[in-house]
Amino acid sequence: MKSGSALTWRLIPNRYRLIGSHCETCKENFFPTRPVCPSCRRKGKMVEKKFKGEGKIYSFTTVQVPPEGFELEAPYVLAIVELSEGPRVTAQVVDCSENDLGFGTPVEMVFRKIQEEGKEGLIHYGFKFKIKK
Amino acid sequence: MQNFKTSKLETVYCVVVFMRRVAIVGVGMSKFGEHWEKGFRDLIIEAGVQALQDGNLKGEEIDALYGGTMAAGRLIGQEHITALIADYMGLNPIPATRVEAACASGGLALRQGFMAVASGLHDVVVVGGVEKMTDVSTAEVTTALGGAGDQEWELFMGATFPSIYALMARRHMKEYGTSVEQMAAVSVKNHLNAAKNKFAQFQKPVTLEEVLESKEVSSPLKVLDCSPITDGAAVVILASLEKAKKYSDCPIEIIASAQASDTIALHDRKSLTELKATQIAARKAFQQAGVSAKDVDVAEVHDCFTIAEIMAIEDLGFVEKGKGGKATEDGFTALNSDVSVNTSGGLKGCGHPVGATGVKQAVEITWQLRGKAGERQVKNAELGLTHNVGGSGATAVVHLFKKC
Repeated sequence: MKSGSALTWRLIPNRYRLIGSHCETCKENFFPTRPVCPSCRRKGKMVEKKFKGEGKIYSFTTVQVPPEGFELEAPYVLAIVELSEGPRVTAQVVDCSENDLGFGTPVEMVFRKIQEEGKEGLIHYGFKFKIKK
Repeated sequence: MQNFKTSKLETVYCVVVFMRRVAIVGVGMSKFGEHWEKGFRDLIIEAGVQALQDGNLKGEEIDALYGGTMAAGRLIGQEHITALIADYMGLNPIPATRVEAACASGGLALRQGFMAVASGLHDVVVVGGVEKMTDVSTAEVTTALGGAGDQEWELFMGATFPSIYALMARRHMKEYGTSVEQMAAVSVKNHLNAAKNKFAQFQKPVTLEEVLESKEVSSPLKVLDCSPITDGAAVVILASLEKAKKYSDCPIEIIASAQASDTIALHDRKSLTELKATQIAARKAFQQAGVSAKDVDVAEVHDCFTIAEIMAIEDLGFVEKGKGGKATEDGFTALNSDVSVNTSGGLKGCGHPVGATGVKQAVEITWQLRGKAGERQVKNAELGLTHNVGGSGATAVVHLFKKC
């Protein structure tokens, strides 16, 4: 999806540095940032939390038919990664094929280009993961 | 009515007292498929005219219109679609309301129509679902459908809908030993049913080998595990039971309507092998009607991917959690078996014009309960169910139907 630069700019803390939320009432962690704790609602107290970027593979697939903007990347490995602090995220896993992965394979965050909007459009960066050696 | 909010018990009592019974009096649908020669308005009008004829209605009896469409803005550049439909159907100036919940838009439009009649606000309403998907490229459709998930945190990362369901399939395979052959069995069954449905996009059966050898879309899902890109429309006309008897010799009563929501992103759910929204909507629907899953004779469930039907028959309570793959392989859901699932061919075989699907499910169940489903007729079908899902399960809606 084509997006304006403001959208990209305001998501930089989450996409570049894995900033999410922690609820001081129920102690649950959330990624990305959520203004309201879905469990505690008005009794919740959300504060900013930076995630370490370490986790384990929870599920994975290889995307053969990509959406717009990912044509040159396919096939690529896409996974749900469970961060060590609890929340799960959807992200690509790079420098491997799905044969190298299993449920629970340890992975770590890497900073990568995610997609670019044509030759003159924005270039979007963010997190992907690679197998932790 | 003045005591409506005095206590919870009383509220329940009032709902029971004031809800009117609602029935389907007319149904119609366009053929599902790739319609190069037909546009959005041609499709919905074709289905609408059929429904009016079927219900023996002139049009002036209709009080309101509810329309489900997911992505007309992305797919044909047209928003404000229910005003357009009312205009082209000659239904102005009745109120016309668009309902959107991704692939559950049609099911939710049906529920809005049901509530409008049940509440007593309207006596006769028309409910339509429509999607025109083949005017843009496959990549554009993939991107548009992606909007059913979390744009910023799933789609942005390169996820597609097949890949989101593939992530569920992988977990289901790990946790319950579900096999690719069991998933393929869903496709084989639904294509077999579709071949008996002249409105279906696919008119020929496929073999297990053909499914297993088809091109991979997102491992472990292959092309023949996925519902296709489809143009189509479906329409049902609802009336209060009292009025329904005037229009139809065989009105089909909607005996339950329930809906639930879950997280927009798949990764935020505790389990990837169940749709909580389906489980909750089903439980509420069965409670409303005072029946159970084992009473259902015929069901149209949301098989956008083969794994989705396996999870659906588990979450609806037809089989135990984890046994959906084996049950499908054993023929439990085949035509005229324990419960006939997706007799229309489902989303897989009949096609999936996203906004139309939820309404088409009600059309198929109506034909089945009237005993007019031809070659694919379920014997002695008395109780029918429809199950429509939005996205990866962020919305689910379940309806139950029976002959009056």
